[in-house]
Amino acid sequence: MIVSRRTLISIASMAALIALAGAGCKKIKAGDPFPASNAAAGWEKTGDTRTYAAKELWQYIDGDAEQYIKAGVVTTSTADYKYQGQLEAVVDVHTMGGADGARKIFEAGQTHDAQTVQLGDAGIQYAQSVIFRKGPYLVRIVAYESTAGTPQALMALAHGIEAKL
Amino acid sequence: MATRREFIKTAAAGAVVLGAESRGGLAAIADPQGDQGKSRVVIARDPALHGGGSKPDEKRVLDLLDRAIAAYTGKDKAVEAWKHIVAQGGGEGKVIGLKTNGLGGRGISTHAVLAFAIAERLQQAGVKAGDILVWDRTARDLEACGLTINTDPSRLRCYGSDVSGFEDQPQSFGSASVHFSKILTRECAMVINLPILKDHSMAGVTFAMKNIYGVVQRPQELHATGCNPGVADLNCIPVVRQKVRITIGDAMSSVYEGGPGFRPEHLWYPNALIVGEDRVALDQTAWKMIDRKRVEMGLQPLASVGRPPDYIATAADSGHRLGTNNAEKIALKEV
Repeated sequence: MIVSRRTLISIASMAALIALAGAGCKKIKAGDPFPASNAAAGWEKTGDTRTYAAKELWQYIDGDAEQYIKAGVVTTSTADYKYQGQLEAVVDVHTMGGADGARKIFEAGQTHDAQTVQLGDAGIQYAQSVIFRKGPYLVRIVAYESTAGTPQALMALAHGIEAKL
Repeated sequence: MATRREFIKTAAAGAVVLGAESRGGLAAIADPQGDQGKSRVVIARDPALHGGGSKPDEKRVLDLLDRAIAAYTGKDKAVEAWKHIVAQGGGEGKVIGLKTNGLGGRGISTHAVLAFAIAERLQQAGVKAGDILVWDRTARDLEACGLTINTDPSRLRCYGSDVSGFEDQPQSFGSASVHFSKILTRECAMVINLPILKDHSMAGVTFAMKNIYGVVQRPQELHATGCNPGVADLNCIPVVRQKVRITIGDAMSSVYEGGPGFRPEHLWYPNALIVGEDRVALDQTAWKMIDRKRVEMGLQPLASVGRPPDYIATAADSGHRLGTNNAEKIALKEV
């Protein structure tokens, strides 16, 4: 069969595009830990879930990736949320190779003002963030503003995620 | 033995290097106090910058910028100061890049309001809107700063290296062999560096020199051993050394622990801009600021927790000569 040069270029371009798409962020499929809009009271999921393999993690968190890689991260998924149309937050779910890795990261970042909360295997809360671990998962939820209602709202979202892990 | 012609050529090259690593010509021409050959670093503060909210006030940021630039250049009129910076920086009639840092995501990225304030003053100083290019690694980084992508050359431009692409041929110095963004190599004649002050889990501190990691294709390859000598080597590559002329560092908000990502539990508001040309002196100043805050908050200094930013001393050594980390050779001016 004779194929024209233009056709060959088109096929090659298409293949390259497919390969590029595959190499970038992947959509989460089964076992998605991110609650859909309004699954957690008042929280709307405002963007797609982005997932990074360990070797791509630097694209998301640059130098911070190293400590996760050392702790055995497999993938990191992230998504943006908004509470009652106002309070914006980002959720990161790090899937580690095992519970030890999640514990290592969880314990590394704690400071004296952290408040212990009942979430997963262990959880802490600050005015604008909630961090917890459950099995091989390390979850960090960070709000971009601190209001009187922020801690309670973050806990509601955290419980929604915990239930899906 | 070197001929006279070779000697003159070598001496001239040396003068260029000295110019790049000292005050470099943008600082005050006639300084009544006199920096006596020291590297000038200006820290301008406004305690009321944020008012009661989490976002800095637009008007106050512009005023703070004017105060910082006036103190740095010795020129009280903002337009005159910016004309001086553009002319001395080699940006007249050419494209001037504003390199932001949006890597930490929303909450700890260069504030868009700072980039807009600089763009406003540049235009008042005669730079065409389309000759100003606000840039970073990707659209996502720029959006994290609060910026909107625009490639229309008739307006203030804003896009990332994901649009421009990277050079095929690497450039090298020491441990660094990198593919630069075409925005740096082909578009910009002069770059104004707009990092944001942060703690960094590997480097210790990220500010002026570390922000240059955002202009190469695979920065992760430069992170070994606390980014040392990666940071120093990268900044020594001529295109960086020559085009990145001045840093207007965003220290309006910062993280003193847990960086480079956004950690609101470690967020603080220095409410400051830090200006200088000596990137080593700037980073040394930044390190001391972070350490002071850590101690104030009951944390140990970076060196005590195994994260000293050793790349700063490397950048000052005889193999790099990018500037000084000697406090006695830094003319720190707080306004």
